[in-house]
Amino acid sequence: MIGFQHYLLLAALLFGIGLLGIVFKRNAVALLMSVELILNAVNINLVAINKYVLGGSGLGQLFALFVIVVAAAEVAVGLALIINIYRLKKSSDVDDFNILKW
Amino acid sequence: MMREILASVSIFDIVFVAIAGFTLLCALAMILFNNIVHSMVAMIFCFLGIAGVYFTMDAGFIGMVQIMVYAGAISVILIFAFMVLMSRDPARSNRYSPRKGSILAGFFASGIIAAMLGYAIIATEFPVSGLPDAEVNQMEVIADLMLGSYVIPFEAAAILLLVAVIGAILLAKGVEKDR
Amino acid sequence: MDLWFTNIANYIVQLLMSWGFPYFWADLILLLIQWMCVLAIVVLDVIILIWLERKAAGFIQMRLGPNRLGPFGIFQTIADAIKLMTKEDIIPNKVDKWIFLTAPLFMIFISVMLYLVLPIGEGLAVVDLDVGLLYFLSLSSLTTICVLMAGWGSNNKWSLMGAMRAVAQMITYEVPLILSLLGIVMITGSLRLSDIVAAQSHVWLIIMQPLALICYFIAATAELNRGPFDMPEAEQELTAGAYTEYTGMRWALFFLAEYTNLVAVSALFVCLFLGGWHGPFLPQWLWIPVKTYVVICVFFWIKWTFPRIRMDHLMSFSWKVLIPLSLLNIVLTGFGIEIFAWVRGL
Repeated sequence: MIGFQHYLLLAALLFGIGLLGIVFKRNAVALLMSVELILNAVNINLVAINKYVLGGSGLGQLFALFVIVVAAAEVAVGLALIINIYRLKKSSDVDDFNILKW
Repeated sequence: MMREILASVSIFDIVFVAIAGFTLLCALAMILFNNIVHSMVAMIFCFLGIAGVYFTMDAGFIGMVQIMVYAGAISVILIFAFMVLMSRDPARSNRYSPRKGSILAGFFASGIIAAMLGYAIIATEFPVSGLPDAEVNQMEVIADLMLGSYVIPFEAAAILLLVAVIGAILLAKGVEKDR
Repeated sequence: MDLWFTNIANYIVQLLMSWGFPYFWADLILLLIQWMCVLAIVVLDVIILIWLERKAAGFIQMRLGPNRLGPFGIFQTIADAIKLMTKEDIIPNKVDKWIFLTAPLFMIFISVMLYLVLPIGEGLAVVDLDVGLLYFLSLSSLTTICVLMAGWGSNNKWSLMGAMRAVAQMITYEVPLILSLLGIVMITGSLRLSDIVAAQSHVWLIIMQPLALICYFIAATAELNRGPFDMPEAEQELTAGAYTEYTGMRWALFFLAEYTNLVAVSALFVCLFLGGWHGPFLPQWLWIPVKTYVVICVFFWIKWTFPRIRMDHLMSFSWKVLIPLSLLNIVLTGFGIEIFAWVRGL
């Protein structure tokens, strides 16, 4: 009874929750966490497509693997940037990162 | 109609609903907690739940990689980063933005997007093909693709990781002041 | 005699089916019984190991070890257990309650879950996963989170420092741990543990992969936070590190989890390098405990003989020595496989 659309619905709900996190939260690390949640939702989508639409050809799982790799790299670089900005502004609140405003 | 639904419910459905419910609950907890360390622990459980969802889809290899990379490594790096940036009061370090109307805007925006996606999913006729044979070793299929037709993205991903690690180390070290 | 346990399992399933359970539920009940057996093995092992470690430490240090309670001190474990259970359970005032209380439970849960893929005999793994080796390594990487939770939840700067050191050490040594096992996977062509053991029926992998053996042994000692790598929980330096604020039964749970992890890693070592259940006279399911205890005694020997390694030496050893050696092992294994195939084709 559980089919393709249920997996897609789960991924869409996780996407929505991650988006909620990005809009709501002020802490820079919490923003990165919400972005990770969104990437995970995309991964669920890809693996579900691999199973139900592509008939198990492995392409969706390969793509999901690459997304995991890119997400890991992005977290590392993002956190390095946040630590650098923290040294400058002494605050990890994204509302305070406003030097580029006109 | 309820009787037909109840008659066709199998163990797999119950397990999937349990794992998906757990994942959604942990994701909501991650967003709604005010303490960022609690938020991170909820995130770890969310990742474990997503690994469970992968296992229900016969994607054992991806599930294991999810546990090893996300729950085992990315969570640790996020917790370490928080400990470097530790604020005075960790219990309230993850509150909502206090700007006027931001709560309403947030719910509205993500709710609209989730609802649109949900409607699109329910209303579409997906070209679902026959389910694959679950006995095929998923790892061999991925390995054949990764070192066969898709070897260039594989090598590019390796270079990307190398560059990201070197870049992160350089960025976190900072610039020397008096040069 | 090899098939005793397989026959018992089949008999139980037949019995349950004759009572009217459909096959699915009979299988599930058998799985539950297997989990109970795993728990029993864990408890038995820990009881023996607490006594064995202290006796071995005593003999290496030219003293007798526990010898008052029972012949050769074998009831020492019972005295320890009673002491730990009757200690006052102190929870400091400002700890983060949820994280403080969950950390030991999570750790022991993960350590017990490691046993589910280990093959005790020919068909005797509880769940013989396709990706069994990867399952084992993934769960080992989850123990870092538990140590971090313990250190953060204690609201104590020494605990936090100890936890961060422990986690830094564990994530550093995860890389050579995983890389050194890739040679084995290349030779046997499978991640399933029973396939790896079955592939050693003629020659054990210790002969084909000596470099991987050394790298894996050192990395496993560091992952378990024991032996010469136990800086994060050194009593003389950080007053028990991440576990400082835990008393009585909660501390006992961490202790239990460490020993459980030790036995699981030793059993994995036996399955990967020392031929698993292959051996001449004894039945298959008896060889595994014998070999596992030999490996555990080697772990004890190394712990009580070498001095502790300093934190920065420890980290640079992993990055600068172990990882290049593991990569060299992968290259040499690749060459070896190709040369062997070419020689065979001649």
